[in-house]
Amino acid sequence: MKKSTLLLIAATIFMLAVPPFLKNYGIYLFTYWLVFILATMGLNLTVGYAGQKSLGHAAFFGIGAYTVAILMKAGISFWIGLPLAMLGCFAIGIAVGFPALRVQAIYLAFATLGFNTAVWLVMRNEEWLTGGTFGINNIARPSLFGFSLEKNLHYYYFVFAVTLIFAYILHRLLSSPWGKAFTALRDNPIRAESLGVRIQSYTLLSFAIGAVYAGVAGALFAPLVGFIEPAPFAVSTSIMMYLMVVVGGPGYFLGPVVGSAVGVLLPEWLRFAQAWYLFVFGTAVVLLMLWLPDGLLSIPDRIRAKKLARVEAQARSDAAAKIGGAA
Amino acid sequence: MVDFFQLLFSGLATGSIYALAALGFTLLWQASGTINFAQGEFVMLPAFAMVGFLAWGAPLSVSFVLTCIVSIAVLGWCFKRGLIDPLYRHGMMPIVVATIGLAIAMRSGVRAGYSAEAHPFPALFADKLFKVAGVTVTLADIGTLVIALALVFATQMFITKTVTGRAMQAVAQNTESATVLGIDVPKMVFYTFAINAVLACTAALLVTPVYLAKFDMGESLGTKAFFAAIIGGFNNSRGALLGGLIVGVAENLSAAYISPTYKDAVALVLFMAVILFKPQGLLGKKVERKV
Amino acid sequence: MQFRTLALSALSTALFATSAFSQAIKISGLYELSGPGASAGTQFKNGVELAVKEINAAGGILGRKLEHNAADTQTNPGVAKGLATKAVDDGAVAVFGPVYSGSIMVSMTETRRVEIPNFTGGEAASITTQGNPYIFRTSFTQATAMPKVARYIANDLKAKNVAVLFVNNDFGKGGRDAIIKALEAYGSKVSADISTEAAQVDFSAAVLKAKQSNADALFVYLNEEESARALRELRKQGWNKPIVGETTLTGQKVIELAGEAANGAVAHVGLTADAPGALMKKYKDAYQRDYKAGSDHNGIKGYTGVYVLKAAIEKAGKVDSKAIATALKGLEIKAAKEPGVLLDVSFDANGDLDRESFMVEVRNGKQEVKDILPPLGKK
Repeated sequence: MKKSTLLLIAATIFMLAVPPFLKNYGIYLFTYWLVFILATMGLNLTVGYAGQKSLGHAAFFGIGAYTVAILMKAGISFWIGLPLAMLGCFAIGIAVGFPALRVQAIYLAFATLGFNTAVWLVMRNEEWLTGGTFGINNIARPSLFGFSLEKNLHYYYFVFAVTLIFAYILHRLLSSPWGKAFTALRDNPIRAESLGVRIQSYTLLSFAIGAVYAGVAGALFAPLVGFIEPAPFAVSTSIMMYLMVVVGGPGYFLGPVVGSAVGVLLPEWLRFAQAWYLFVFGTAVVLLMLWLPDGLLSIPDRIRAKKLARVEAQARSDAAAKIGGAA
Repeated sequence: MVDFFQLLFSGLATGSIYALAALGFTLLWQASGTINFAQGEFVMLPAFAMVGFLAWGAPLSVSFVLTCIVSIAVLGWCFKRGLIDPLYRHGMMPIVVATIGLAIAMRSGVRAGYSAEAHPFPALFADKLFKVAGVTVTLADIGTLVIALALVFATQMFITKTVTGRAMQAVAQNTESATVLGIDVPKMVFYTFAINAVLACTAALLVTPVYLAKFDMGESLGTKAFFAAIIGGFNNSRGALLGGLIVGVAENLSAAYISPTYKDAVALVLFMAVILFKPQGLLGKKVERKV
Repeated sequence: MQFRTLALSALSTALFATSAFSQAIKISGLYELSGPGASAGTQFKNGVELAVKEINAAGGILGRKLEHNAADTQTNPGVAKGLATKAVDDGAVAVFGPVYSGSIMVSMTETRRVEIPNFTGGEAASITTQGNPYIFRTSFTQATAMPKVARYIANDLKAKNVAVLFVNNDFGKGGRDAIIKALEAYGSKVSADISTEAAQVDFSAAVLKAKQSNADALFVYLNEEESARALRELRKQGWNKPIVGETTLTGQKVIELAGEAANGAVAHVGLTADAPGALMKKYKDAYQRDYKAGSDHNGIKGYTGVYVLKAAIEKAGKVDSKAIATALKGLEIKAAKEPGVLLDVSFDANGDLDRESFMVEVRNGKQEVKDILPPLGKK
């Protein structure tokens, strides 16, 4: 317990202290990373803790972004847009989840994929609302109590603060009895139901809460880039987010942090490979899965398991020797 | 009325292509519970392999045979031993993500290693047009449909009528019992992967003259194949064919009669309806959940 | 915090200033090298690199070599924005690309903020209407090109009803908006407005709609592969009315892929590697030799863009971003003086360019220039 809190504190200090030394590009990248951490935290709840297979997360990401952007274009402040985006995503999450979660795991994956494509189609075709393929341009960054967040560094701290708040909320949620119910769902849904955990409501809730997180991330994404169009909210992004959660470690609280780093930062570091950088990335993901099927954060658990196995094997051979000697 | 039939026939031809990709996808799922997100790339890679062999001067038939052999080795054996076997017991998530990574790697590898351009591919059928009752069809349309049908039924025959096929079915339905009965499970699973590889090669041969060999040709094909497989029935080979044809025809009809901008949505709506009301697909059998 | 960055940048500029002589001219490239824009972006990048190679071999600009740095935007505006900030951080003198208008929108905000000229391959009309003094085109805007096409359709073909077939992305949609506006100005009616998807394979429904609308002519605005498929489907369904396009329809690649079905197609082309003239042929051969593939209009955009930059630097007399941008306004570059631009070109105050263009028809599997249309500015 103590080790992990130390790690958390170290990570927070890192995230606070490093950006001022980075150039604009570095700050932008860190902010981008944070946005995806927020989105994948939500997905981790649905996939990692509740064990559902959602491949439509980018749809909620997009709904959040477009809500804020459309409202800002109509003159409504970001601070009203943000809670509206959250509410909207929650409502849509419940509406979609209700029919979709009645089907088995693999079909849920495709149902959410279908939902994502449908949302993308609406974003692309309804030009009067979303600007269609031309998107919405010149999305300004909000100001907090009169203090403008236009500068990259200021916006970064703002996004960091929001991420911390939502991470804390998630942490409280997971330590509560609700959180235990989610984990029970993942490990053995039928048994959980027999113990009184209502599968339907809890899976629905995990799906909707995950959607809210994606919506908030989207609302922060729009002012970050300043321009949105349907492309970043297509199925390919959902698949990427799923990849981030699994690679980081589904069911681990900090999994999204590591997973998003792999998804957002790794391709940047690999740019030295020139034309082959995506190939190296893809191969790295495959190798990572082969080596660590439970994600990167399962490394400490694995080490612990190996140690334990060694101790037990030793104990067994000691006991065998004793019996052998006695016989 | 003529227009309707024109759209129907074109849709059937396109749909039979989706069906071939969907078929392999379904087989893999049945045999090993693998969702292969790289299925589209499994068609793209043989397409480029054939382009490569052709560039070396080999005739089309030789290129095809060579590619089939290479595919069975790489997309069949290597894929199974390298990816599926180690990850099988860890559940679906790692396999899904590994195939996603594989798809990215294959796509980018071809783009970086070969080119980002689309390459023409020799047509299998001569460029002939037929007019049947006012409807124009190309020889390629008919040929693709016939070959796809033939392949699906051949696969179906193989699986139901031969001993090996039935052994494969046994492995798909209950691996433990199959082992107890003395069936060489790994070998049967390998056969499934090998069949998938050959089907993908054939799909490439039929598809690429129209799709053109491009590094991202697998993306849309793969997605359509998923939809087709689900609509038709995830655990039934004929379902894959039906699903593919439905998707192909529905797209055309909706583009003409409903709305071109939302034509992809029609396949989606069908797909969502099937999932909600008949999750095992139109032709699939209900699968019991183990507790 | 601010002081430190200020001190660091002061130090680095001092270091740079002292070694100004052999200091390379940094240009950063933001190209779509993966994702849907990959073929366009790769071509554009290849064109730029070919030009950089040639210029450096000939001694550089004002005695300094060009240093080109290419990065992949993945056809993702979010990534493009990051890369634009990186280019700015790296001290680029000019930025080339992106080609897709979504990515251009974000990158040009960055380059405007730091006052660096940004040469883009995009054709969307909205690019130069934003009041950004640092954006410069390398090809026509759809707002200039489409009226020329509309004039041909209305006056030469005397078509009263026109069906419009377009690809539903920002490139195709922008073209469709522009052609419809232009056609209506010439008094032609749009009898069918048919949207198709990128990477679409089956065009039977689209062609059917065109046939059903009793159009006198069909305007096709798709990317290359889809153009080929559409042409084949048109021939299959027996379409015998004129087929008109813009740039992409009669590209060499399309002719290769569509075969016989491409014959008879006409297009207004701003840049084609098959334009008449020795300069274009030299470029075409050089590109083919270096990249083992034909150049499309995107390759030419990248190539000529670099030479435009060269001309601007030489006019300004110094390698300074602001001076270059000012020099470009109203600049006229003759191909006789600067062979690298391949065709005479002039720029206006918005960053739009004016050049002669061609009406091309495909005959016997070859592009034939039917007509040379003078630049709008010339009378």
